[in-house]
Amino acid sequence: MEEKVKNITTEEQQEYVINMGPQHPSTHGVLRLVVSLKGETVKSVQPHIGYIHRGIEKMCESITYPQVIHLTDRMDYLSAHINNEAVCLAVEKALEVEISDRIKVIRTLMSELTRIQSHQLWWASFGMDLGGLTCFFYGLRDREKILDIFEETCGSRMIVSYNCPGGVMYDLHPDFAKKVKEFIRYFRKILPEYNQLLTGNVIFHERSKGIGNLSLEDAISFGITGPSGRASGFSCDVRKHEPYSAYDRVTFKEILYTQGDTYHRYVARIEEMWESMNIIEQLIDNIPEGPFAVKMKPVIKLPEGEYYQRVETARGELGVYVISDGNKNPYRVKFRSPNFVNLSVLNHIAKGFKIADLVAIGGSLDLVIPDIDR
Amino acid sequence: MPFDIYNFTSFTQWIDSSLHNAMSPFWTALTEMVIIGVLVLMFYAVVGLFLVYAERKVCAFMQNRLGPNRVGPFGIFQTIADLVKLLFVELIPIKNADGFLFNLAPFIVIIAGFMAIAAIPFANGLHAIDMNIGVLYVIAVSSMGVIGVLLAGWSSNNKYSLIGAMRSGAQIISYELSVGLALITIVILAGSMQLSVIVEAQRDGWFIFKGHIPAFIAFIIFLISSTAETNRGPFDLAEAESELTAGYHTEYSGIKFAFFFLAEYMNMFIVASIAATIFLGGWMPFHVGPWVGFNHIMDFIPPFVWYIGKTFFVIFLMMWFKWTFPRLRIDQLLTLEWKYLLPINLVNVLIMAFLVLMGWHF
Amino acid sequence: MDKIQLGDFLISLDKDLEIKEGKQFTEVSVPPEKLYSLARMLREREEVQFDFLYCLSGVDYGQDLGVVYHLRSTVYDHSVVLKTRTSDREKPQLDSVSDIWKTADFQEREVFDLLGIKFTNHPDLRRLFLDSTWGFPLRKDYADDINIVTK
Repeated sequence: MEEKVKNITTEEQQEYVINMGPQHPSTHGVLRLVVSLKGETVKSVQPHIGYIHRGIEKMCESITYPQVIHLTDRMDYLSAHINNEAVCLAVEKALEVEISDRIKVIRTLMSELTRIQSHQLWWASFGMDLGGLTCFFYGLRDREKILDIFEETCGSRMIVSYNCPGGVMYDLHPDFAKKVKEFIRYFRKILPEYNQLLTGNVIFHERSKGIGNLSLEDAISFGITGPSGRASGFSCDVRKHEPYSAYDRVTFKEILYTQGDTYHRYVARIEEMWESMNIIEQLIDNIPEGPFAVKMKPVIKLPEGEYYQRVETARGELGVYVISDGNKNPYRVKFRSPNFVNLSVLNHIAKGFKIADLVAIGGSLDLVIPDIDR
Repeated sequence: MPFDIYNFTSFTQWIDSSLHNAMSPFWTALTEMVIIGVLVLMFYAVVGLFLVYAERKVCAFMQNRLGPNRVGPFGIFQTIADLVKLLFVELIPIKNADGFLFNLAPFIVIIAGFMAIAAIPFANGLHAIDMNIGVLYVIAVSSMGVIGVLLAGWSSNNKYSLIGAMRSGAQIISYELSVGLALITIVILAGSMQLSVIVEAQRDGWFIFKGHIPAFIAFIIFLISSTAETNRGPFDLAEAESELTAGYHTEYSGIKFAFFFLAEYMNMFIVASIAATIFLGGWMPFHVGPWVGFNHIMDFIPPFVWYIGKTFFVIFLMMWFKWTFPRLRIDQLLTLEWKYLLPINLVNVLIMAFLVLMGWHF
Repeated sequence: MDKIQLGDFLISLDKDLEIKEGKQFTEVSVPPEKLYSLARMLREREEVQFDFLYCLSGVDYGQDLGVVYHLRSTVYDHSVVLKTRTSDREKPQLDSVSDIWKTADFQEREVFDLLGIKFTNHPDLRRLFLDSTWGFPLRKDYADDINIVTK
């Protein structure tokens, strides 16, 4: 005991360690951050995760491929559709199934709607992290409209499970195109309101500009993808680099900034909503006719080998790495989840800033905890 | 003068003299204290409950919601239901907390609010004490609340609470200066610290109009710094729920939490009523110097209505801030005070003194 | 660089490398003791510059435990897959690449947590999701009578 007391250096004595989470309003789930403070300044952040680790990768080894889809929903529940798409694309790539244009367009439309609703929820909660509580309600109000569209077509609102290997589960609802166009018209008017409420605010600028800077080298080295990486100038949009589904037939901009601070991570996401709306508008008017699903064998067995499929979720690059031994269950499935990788940079960029900035930085990385734990 | 139909001076004096006739001076004073205490307590509870309701409605209005609408018409009994619930909630004992200070803290916060109410003139002749140093007294007692906040944070044995309390200490002590200097600006103009004299001096026009630009600047500064002093709006760093869960009152539950909760709203009411009294004429109706007819019509509106109306206008402004702005960071908060508000305020006081010296005000 | 050039380049680095042209990627099997030096060369050589380690997965191959590194160059936009495996199931040890790609820090911790592969020179190798009383669930011989239902 005596020795222990002696070993504590003066530097350590000055550190004030607090536990942010697992129950904390701004960790958006059960993330636990052990934060060492000196005064209000953050000395180090140690993420402790695993509070909702469900072993999805292990579970996948004992179920069939169509069943895997229903587990991927539960990883990043805000980009549920895009996660499903990744698995479906991997399976289709392995079986070399040619899917119809209609399926591709439906998947792209759904993915972009998913991206918008995810960014809306992110915007809502980011505003709340910074103390602007009104943002939360604005964001969720508009997100409801997308969820209603999902509900009509997919039968559920958030955990849609709409994809299946070889296509989608059901055909589009007859009102789908009308509702989506209505939403785009509405949201084009509403999105500037978001800017009026938060983006243009002086306090918001003070709170976010120059906070949590991430350089391009670090972004690549840490593997930060998605809008967080693109705010640092890391051109990592899978939709551009390795187009899947119908992304090769639409034109859109990859939002790139070089500053890499909280403010630009924020602006990158806002701009992405505009781009997503552009993509939807290009596709919504001419959804090709055709079957909504390719007929697959009742038991899907992937040929022996390894398959890797990358997709761009709302938070970054999701990789699905499937090793098959020819059975109906995968031998090993690895999900390269964007949030898990993005979390690892938190200590690096939050060091030296205030505890209030840590909340802002965490919010700007847009972490979804089930995706970290898997 | 129709103005005097609403004069409460004779009424209060009648109570005082009849009590004097009935009993000795000592017992008179004691009885009056009890009467005033009970009245203030009731007022405190009613205003506190109403403000909680008002905040929820205003916030709902800002956020595209309906707000409370189930308990009673328009949900007006919602806060009463909440209070009843809070009364029955278990008081969770905190391990290793400093029990005495932990229990003392909410009372200090509440008492600071009580003491400030005593000096506020609600209507002509309707105030508990009319001190000749009213302004000084109000500043002095309203800043006592910070002791309660610091004690609450310290004794909770919680790291978040301690950070919240330290932030609150730094914040309130800094912004106390701006509040004081903004009030001093008007004290210079009025030539008195007595609140009743200040209100009386605004008979022919409120100070915010009479005092040219300096009074207006002082009003803005007072609004900002009093919002900060009550730990509200963009300055709610002491509770900052997204950073410190609930700041200094994280560990409080049940009625002790309700005390902090009510105290927050009462503090808001107090600073709003000080703003109304000093800058917007208190209970004084809206008068424009030479327009006799207009002034007459205005006089028929009871002064208490004027006072409440102005106070709630200021409260609405403060709620508006809270529900639209993101929160500042602690260093930005202190920068704002020490680098901007304080120098502006000092210059402002000088300008006001110069104006008064030259007699350039209305 | 296209796949053929990449293959030639890899051969020029080390003749003993086992290079396989997969459908998607060029796959390189590397023995554990050469892993670190090869990784560093792939990262630092001007011709390839694999600066983005986008997926690091641990795999239990039954006999062996292995780690698969998916690498991409953001400069040239080409990819390569590094595979390494160790047959020691009791005390599997590999070299950490976390000083080459910082993202490996967390991903190696995940592999350590779920497969029990120790990474030497890792700055902070602790269990990530599970506590120290758990086994290594992603191993094929992991048994859990309560939570895993076997038919």
